Amino acid sequence: MSAMSRASSTYWPAVLAMILVLCWGGVSLARDVETSGPGGQEPAATQVDTGDTAWVLISTALVMLMTPGLAFFYGGLVRRKNMLSILMQCFMILCLVSLQWVLFGYSLSFGPDAGGRGIIGGLDWFGLRGVGMAPFRTYSATVPHQAFMIFQGMFAVITPALIIGAFAERMRFSGFCVFSLLWATLVYDPLAHWVWGQGGFMGLLGGWGALDFAGGIVVHINAGVSALAAALVLRKRQGYPNMISPPHNLPLAVLGAALLWFGWFGFNAGSALGASGVASGAFVATHIAGATAGLVWASMDWFFHKKPTTLGMITGAVAGLAAVTPAAGFVTPIGAVLIGIGAAAFPWLAVTFLKPRMGYDDSLDAFGVHGIGGIWGVIATGLFACASLNPAVGRNGLFYGPDGAAQLLTQLKAVGISAAFSFVACLILLKVVDATIGLRVSEHEERVGLDLTQHKEAAYTLVD
Amino acid sequence: MKYIIAVIQPDRLDEVLAELERKEIHLVTVTPVMGRGRQKGIAEVYRSHKEAGSLLRKVKLEIAVNVAFVQPTIEAITSRARTGRIGDGKIFVLDLDRCIRIRTAEEGNEAIG
Repeated sequence: MSAMSRASSTYWPAVLAMILVLCWGGVSLARDVETSGPGGQEPAATQVDTGDTAWVLISTALVMLMTPGLAFFYGGLVRRKNMLSILMQCFMILCLVSLQWVLFGYSLSFGPDAGGRGIIGGLDWFGLRGVGMAPFRTYSATVPHQAFMIFQGMFAVITPALIIGAFAERMRFSGFCVFSLLWATLVYDPLAHWVWGQGGFMGLLGGWGALDFAGGIVVHINAGVSALAAALVLRKRQGYPNMISPPHNLPLAVLGAALLWFGWFGFNAGSALGASGVASGAFVATHIAGATAGLVWASMDWFFHKKPTTLGMITGAVAGLAAVTPAAGFVTPIGAVLIGIGAAAFPWLAVTFLKPRMGYDDSLDAFGVHGIGGIWGVIATGLFACASLNPAVGRNGLFYGPDGAAQLLTQLKAVGISAAFSFVACLILLKVVDATIGLRVSEHEERVGLDLTQHKEAAYTLVD
Repeated sequence: MKYIIAVIQPDRLDEVLAELERKEIHLVTVTPVMGRGRQKGIAEVYRSHKEAGSLLRKVKLEIAVNVAFVQPTIEAITSRARTGRIGDGKIFVLDLDRCIRIRTAEEGNEAIG
């Protein structure tokens, strides 16, 4: 009797029972959502604005597209034998973290503060209890609460996916799934709460007042620095650095980068949470920073390596888009140009000099691009933020007002604390998962490739 | 003159080529191939379709050498391609009648290297 039929005949009663329990649990949970829950439900004096809501919902879809976009961006950069593993990891995160988000991730990130210190939301909104259609004024007065929730959910999904770039081509799938779920819950959710949550100690809703329009701290520094931790814990791929083949499909990588750029309009301009002037400014800043950074990276390649490269240009564009993320709704188009220049220059130097010198194998430059780019962007926000562009927030960077120096200092503090937390927390998580399940595939599996060994699939056939 | 055909594991290619360079064997043709020896394949699953997985990806090298270089070539390849597991591959040495360099129309031993 094959393993397959033996398993199904022994276990089918248990599987059936589990399905019945889940259905019963699901139905009672769903009914619970309709009756109101505790925790900060505001009196309904707020009016849903159709334009704002339409824009936020579209932005949500745009940001969702960034996860498969990232999958192709990264996928094109690895060797053929590992293409599916990248796509699978991204898709698994999309499904897993989406579920985690509605069950308890949203509550932990944006729920009413548990303990009053701005560290973490509680479980008041477990299973989206209390999260209904009426706007929740703390976050948005004109958009249904569920729309805000699902918009934020797409950010929670793509952030752990960025880390894939650090451990590509050598991570065990089982360890990966557990790690990603734990990271989303224990690293992303707290940091999101600190910066964007009600009462979070770093952000604008009762904290230091660090400016992070769409996720420079919460997404890019967070994922980028965790990526560095992952690269150090997983250690180098076999044959790194001289015997690793180049990207197997740059056209797919370019396609991925283009999808990311497109989606980024939702990521940044959507974070204005309204169809407004601020959204328009964020849209422009996003595009210009990406364009500038792509140009600068291509120029640096052209000058220092004699030829501009496709890979360099798309990497530059992504770095620019990442760097402008914390600043998008606060800066002028010229500010965006300046951010774009730095966004290409610093990561280019990091990737060209820092990584080879330090010797770590950050396979797809997750730290080099998102980490360094994010750090530059958050600091640049403290330089170029212009209060008149976003009167609701009303804060200036160093070059725009007398309060700018203090803002810059706040930005620096935010960078320091978030980077330190992300690095240490991720390090601990990785060690725990390594000790229990195991993080790295065996030598043989790494040589044969993850697609066949982890998923029993080949991305491409050679004959037919 | 001899013509050497070697079928090796794909991930060993870079090291084999580097070692050939070190032994002054510069000219080589490389092709990705599917092959099977005594190594069993890896089963693939696509929804309900199960592949037997009998053919595996390999890499074929083809090198034309003067007789003096046959042994260094074999040593370069075996030293870098051997992992000790089934599936390491094989080397075949064939006789080569003629060799012509297209650019200059040279023939024979000068044309090979």
